[in-house]
Amino acid sequence: MRGHSIQTAEPAGLVVREEGRKTVLEAHGDWVVETINRQDAPLRRIEASVDPEDLVLDLSHLGRIDTSGAYILSRSVRRCHDPDADFHYLGDHPVARRLMHEVRARSTICEAPREPAYGFMGAMARIGAGLEAAYQETVSTFAFFGRTVTTGLSTAAQPWRFRLTPTVWAMEEVGVNALPIVAVLAFFIGAVVAYMGANLLGQLGFSVFTVELVGIAVLREFGVLITAIMLAGRSDSAFTASIGAMKMQQEVDAMRVLGLDPYEALVLPRVVACVLMAPLLTFGAMIAGIFGGMLVAWSAQDISPALFITRLHSELPWSHFWVGMSKAPVFGLVVAIIGCRQGMEVKGDVNSLGRRVTASVVQSIFAVIVLEALFAMMYLELGI
Amino acid sequence: MSEDIVISVRGLRSAFGPHVVHENLDLDVRRGEILGIVGGSGTGKTVLLNSILGLKKPDGGEILLDGQRLSELSSSERRKVDSRWGVLFQNGALFTSLSVMENVMAPLREHVDMSVPLMEEIASMKIGLSGLDASAGSRFPSELSGGMRKRAALARALALDPDILFLDEPTAGLDPIGAAAFDSLILELSRALGLTVVMITHDLDSLYEICDRVAVLADKKVEAVAPIRELLNHPHPWIHEYFQGPRGRAALAGKGS
Repeated sequence: MRGHSIQTAEPAGLVVREEGRKTVLEAHGDWVVETINRQDAPLRRIEASVDPEDLVLDLSHLGRIDTSGAYILSRSVRRCHDPDADFHYLGDHPVARRLMHEVRARSTICEAPREPAYGFMGAMARIGAGLEAAYQETVSTFAFFGRTVTTGLSTAAQPWRFRLTPTVWAMEEVGVNALPIVAVLAFFIGAVVAYMGANLLGQLGFSVFTVELVGIAVLREFGVLITAIMLAGRSDSAFTASIGAMKMQQEVDAMRVLGLDPYEALVLPRVVACVLMAPLLTFGAMIAGIFGGMLVAWSAQDISPALFITRLHSELPWSHFWVGMSKAPVFGLVVAIIGCRQGMEVKGDVNSLGRRVTASVVQSIFAVIVLEALFAMMYLELGI
Repeated sequence: MSEDIVISVRGLRSAFGPHVVHENLDLDVRRGEILGIVGGSGTGKTVLLNSILGLKKPDGGEILLDGQRLSELSSSERRKVDSRWGVLFQNGALFTSLSVMENVMAPLREHVDMSVPLMEEIASMKIGLSGLDASAGSRFPSELSGGMRKRAALARALALDPDILFLDEPTAGLDPIGAAAFDSLILELSRALGLTVVMITHDLDSLYEICDRVAVLADKKVEAVAPIRELLNHPHPWIHEYFQGPRGRAALAGKGS
């Protein structure tokens, strides 16, 4: 039986002998979890070839046995009419019979997990499932957006319900703390655009047009795009992770039970903060981008900062600036909505948190780029 | 029962900063017995368990397993020891990214050389043994109720057929019928396998029903270890209150003696 400290198990052995019609399986050694693997295949062969009613288990040479050993040994007689009948067993063992009975009585056969389908049909099924999921995601994101807007409107009607402290906290997180990285990125983008301009326009002899190139590119597109992508990568993932962790700890449920609306307490402050801070960040990005372009123009093309700024003022209409700025709150809104929604979708397990954070960043960057394209088409048609 | 000691704790001291939980604590666990550990909240029942398991380094004293000091084991001996005991944590501590079946298979994969189909069969046998039905295997811990999660955790604790089973509040959060079934399962396994069980519990019915001895933690040490009936008239005020309070008496009456 089970005995002493750190002991090594005797290997399990199996001797098969024929006695008339009966097939006797003699178990030798220890049938425990470490040893039974080698006997699995021989036993399966016997199970497949011998009528279970004719099987007899000889337990007289059996050493130690545990539930795994009892399971594998009694598997052979499992299918017979009366597995506990005495004629199935030979020899005495202090626990084996009882254990086998217990294991048989209690064990179930688990359903095998569904194997994913492969091949053409499997691929089609996955594509279909993916499309449906994408459709569902879009619908629920719009539903979430609607829910947030109604919460926003009802809060606007009852301004004392608005949560100022979390909003200001979120504004610091989203805006002030993001400004350095956004400015640095925009600076380099501005510099790169200026280099490109210097190279191409310089060959044509129009190097002074670098000013317009930098101005239009940074003001119209890059300032706001860099800001939106940084928001998506930085704040949106943080929203999803923090709301998702609260969801996992049932904090969100607790809020609901206490009569706090999570949309009002968690979502609205973040959305408001993003909508307010995105234009300010964009403005910072524009300044930094133009500064980067100006430095490159100065060093590579001898366009002095004074000339650069004068030309910027005289040649560029304000509309470029306003086009860029007008997109910022929209991007901020979209990023915040997607981040908060994915956070609210987190379920109890760790995997879903990881999946949702990934989905959140991917979706918000995707949405930003698509909206950017729509804006470009719209302003083109409007002639601005 | 012979005085065959599996685990002995000698002079254990546990402290969190200035807060001392155990001071000079001694405890012996006999082979094949079911030992219940009781004590008020904050008396360090779980800390004691973690110290035995090596999850918390004792601040003093020794833990001996079959006479061997656990602190002196090499890492390969330590792995062997780890495969000798199964633990059911208070909240189950299932791996949430794995299905129940994969959870039960995890220790098998780690410690035993076994073909995957056999491993699956063994795992589903353990799942059945712990009282879950067939559909539970493919589900994930987050989809299970609290009681089912406990059973799944028990299945994982039993995966390697350990000699020693540690249970941290196994019946807490189970309905009375489920709790009674759980108790009888543990009793049956312990008797059939010669399993040594150390269980922290507040369930007086479990204490009466299945525990051979009960250790009471109070005043930073084990105040008393004895079969429950001998503890009923123990002079220590907390023990007296515990067993002679309304719930203690109700459980005793329910036992019909």
